[in-house]
Amino acid sequence: MLQPKSSTLRSVFSTRSRLALFAFAAFGATMNLQLAGCTKKNAQPSNVIKIGEYGSFTGSEATFGVSTNEGLKLAIKEKNAAGGIKGKKIELISYDNQGKPEEARAMVQRLITQDQVLAVIGEVASTRSLAAAPVAQQYKVPMISPSSTNPQVTEIGDYIFRVCFIDPFQGLVMAKFARENLKKSKVAILKDVKSDYSTGLSDVFEREFKAMGGEIVGIESYASGDTDFKAQLTQIKGKKPEAIFVPGYYTEVGMIARQARQLGLKDVPLLGGDGWDSDKLWEIGGEAIKGSYFSNHYTTESDNPKVIEFIKRYREEYKGKTPDGLAALGYDAGQILMAAMERAPELTPKAIRDEIAKTKDFAGVTGQISINEQRNATKSAVVVQVADKVNRFITTITP
Amino acid sequence: MEASQQEFLQHLLNGVTLGSIYALIALGYTMVYGILQLINFAHSEVYMMGAFAAYYTGRTLQLDQSPGILSFLILLIAAIVACSVLGLTIERLAYRPLRKAPKLNILITAIGVSLLLQYSAQVIFGAEPKLFPEVIADRTLFTVAEVEVRTLDITIFLVGTLAMGGLHFLIHQTRLGMAMRAVSVNGPVASLMGINVDRIIMWTFVVGSSLAAVGSVLVGLKYPKIDPLMGMLIGIKAFVAAVLGGIGSLPGAMLGGIFLGLSEEMVVAYLSSTYRDALAFGILIVVLLFRPAGLMGTPVKEKV
Repeated sequence: MLQPKSSTLRSVFSTRSRLALFAFAAFGATMNLQLAGCTKKNAQPSNVIKIGEYGSFTGSEATFGVSTNEGLKLAIKEKNAAGGIKGKKIELISYDNQGKPEEARAMVQRLITQDQVLAVIGEVASTRSLAAAPVAQQYKVPMISPSSTNPQVTEIGDYIFRVCFIDPFQGLVMAKFARENLKKSKVAILKDVKSDYSTGLSDVFEREFKAMGGEIVGIESYASGDTDFKAQLTQIKGKKPEAIFVPGYYTEVGMIARQARQLGLKDVPLLGGDGWDSDKLWEIGGEAIKGSYFSNHYTTESDNPKVIEFIKRYREEYKGKTPDGLAALGYDAGQILMAAMERAPELTPKAIRDEIAKTKDFAGVTGQISINEQRNATKSAVVVQVADKVNRFITTITP
Repeated sequence: MEASQQEFLQHLLNGVTLGSIYALIALGYTMVYGILQLINFAHSEVYMMGAFAAYYTGRTLQLDQSPGILSFLILLIAAIVACSVLGLTIERLAYRPLRKAPKLNILITAIGVSLLLQYSAQVIFGAEPKLFPEVIADRTLFTVAEVEVRTLDITIFLVGTLAMGGLHFLIHQTRLGMAMRAVSVNGPVASLMGINVDRIIMWTFVVGSSLAAVGSVLVGLKYPKIDPLMGMLIGIKAFVAAVLGGIGSLPGAMLGGIFLGLSEEMVVAYLSSTYRDALAFGILIVVLLFRPAGLMGTPVKEKV
C-alpha cells in the first residue's frame, strides 16, 4: 500500500488555500483587462457604425453562439450590400464569453468602453444576459437579446430588449400542448437548477398544467454539466408519468433521453423548450429522442416566403447549413436593430433605443414581432416533433 | 417484490456503476500523491484526452460499424497509449524540473498544465460535444427482480474490477510494485537501496494515466457525449473520492469512489435531487470530521 507522508487533513487544507490563491490571481487578471478597457478611448470613426455582439462561441453551448452569430452576420452583410445605414457601413465586433456569465459581463464592458459600440446584441442564455445587461443599462447603450427567454432579462432596465417570446409563454405553450393536443394528465418535471431559463419554464409549466386540470407527479432536478441522470429518472419512473417535461439544453437533454430509455421509460415522450434546438440533439440523443416535442421560435418547414428566402440565403452563405431557430433570431435581432438605426434621427444610443421601443408588426423570420411596454416581443410559438434529421412541424400556438 | 425495493435495487446498481468510474480515476490521484505528495490536477485532463484519443481512433477505423469486444479493446489500447504518453510528457516537462522546488510551485504548475490542456483541447478538437463511438451494443442482459441489468453496466463493473485487481497485483506481487512502495515510504532511502527513483515515478505516471484511460473509455460508452471540459467535474469528484478513502491509499480510493457514487445516488433517491452535490459533499465532511485521514488512511504525525 502506498502511504501518505503527511496527514491527509493538512494536505487538503493547504490545497484549498492554494486553490484560493490561484482563483485570486485569475480574478486579478480579469480586473486588469477591464481597467485596460476603461483607459483606452477611441473616437468612433465617422464612416462606420459599430455594433457589438457577445456570445458563447466555445463551451458546452457553443452551437448557440455560433448560430446566432451566423444569422446576425448575414443580416449585416445584406444591409451593407444594400448601401448600409445613412450611407455608413456597419461593422460587427463579436466577443466570445466561453459560456461564462462573468466573461459575458466583462465582454460587454469591453464592447462599450473600449470599442465604443452604439448597440449590443446578446446573449442566448438568460443566465449570461442577466449578468451582462446591467452593464449595458449602466452605460445607457441599447442591448437586444436575440433569444433569452427569462422574464427578468428586460426588467433590468429601459435599454434592454428582446426579440423572442418569454418563459411564461413557452411554459404555457407546452402545458397547453401536453394537456390539449397530447391529452396527458400526469406529467413529471426534470429541470436544470443551475439555469434561470430551465427553472423559469418549469415553474410556469407546473402552474399552468395544474390550472388546466393536469397533475404534476414529481419534480426532480440536475445541474448542467452532469452526465448521469439515472437516479432522478429512476425516481420519476416510479411515479409512472405519461410525459416528462425537460426544459433543459440539448447536450443534457440528449443524454437524459438515452438514459430514460435505458431505464425502460419507453413510450413516455419528453417535452421541452427552445433550448433543445440544435442538430447535436439528434446526434447525442439518437433513437431515444425521436418522437419527443419542443416549442420553438420558427420551423424550417414553414411556407412563409420570408422564411424560405432566409433559408435559401443562409444556405448559400454557410455551405448548405440549415439555419436553426437561434440563427433566425440572430438575423431578426440584427434586422430590428438596423431598422431602428435607419429610423433614428441621429445615431446616438438614446435615439436608437427610442426607435427600438417603437418596433411594431415587424415581419421577421420568426414571425410578426412587436415590442411591448415591457420591451418584450409579442409573437407566436411553434411546437415541433423530433424526427429523422428534420423536426416535424406540429402546431402554432399564439399568445 | 415491492416497488420500493425494486427502486432501491435500481439505485444500488446505478450507484455502484457510477462509483466504480470515480474509483478508477481516484486511483490515479492517489498513486501520484502516494509517491510524490503532489495533487496532480492535470489527471482529469489526461482522462479527457483519453476519451478523445479513443474517439478519433474509433472514427478513423469506423469502429461503430463493427461493434464487439475487439473494437472495444482497440479503443482501450488507443486510450491507454495516448494517456501514458501524455502522462509521461507532463511528468518529464512540467513536474520533474520542479522536483526540488517547493511543493507550492509544483502544485501551481499542475493547475497550469490542467488549464493548458483544457483550452488547447477546445482549440484543437472544437468546443462542441462529440458522440463517442458505440462499440458495445447496450441491451438488457438479464433482469433481476424487474431491474434491468444492461451490458454496459456489467462491462463497466467487470473492466473496472479487472483494472483494479491488476493494479493490486502490480503493487503487491511484482518487483516494480515493491519499488513503488519503497519510494512512497521514503524516496531518498529507496534510491540508496539502488532503486532508480525517476524511473519509478515515470512508471507511476504510466500506470495512473492508463487507469484514467480505462475510465475515459468506460465513461465514453456509458455517457456517449464527450467534450474538452468533461474532465473538470468528474476530476473533482474523483479527487474527493481519493481524499474520502484516505489519499495515498489504494483500497481507500476504490472504497471512496464507490462510497461517493452510492451516496450521490441515494441522496437523489431518498432526499432531494436539487441538493445532490451539497448533500453528498456534506456526508464527506462528516466522514472526514470523524476520520480525518479518510476511511482507509493512516494518520502520520508530522515531525516538527
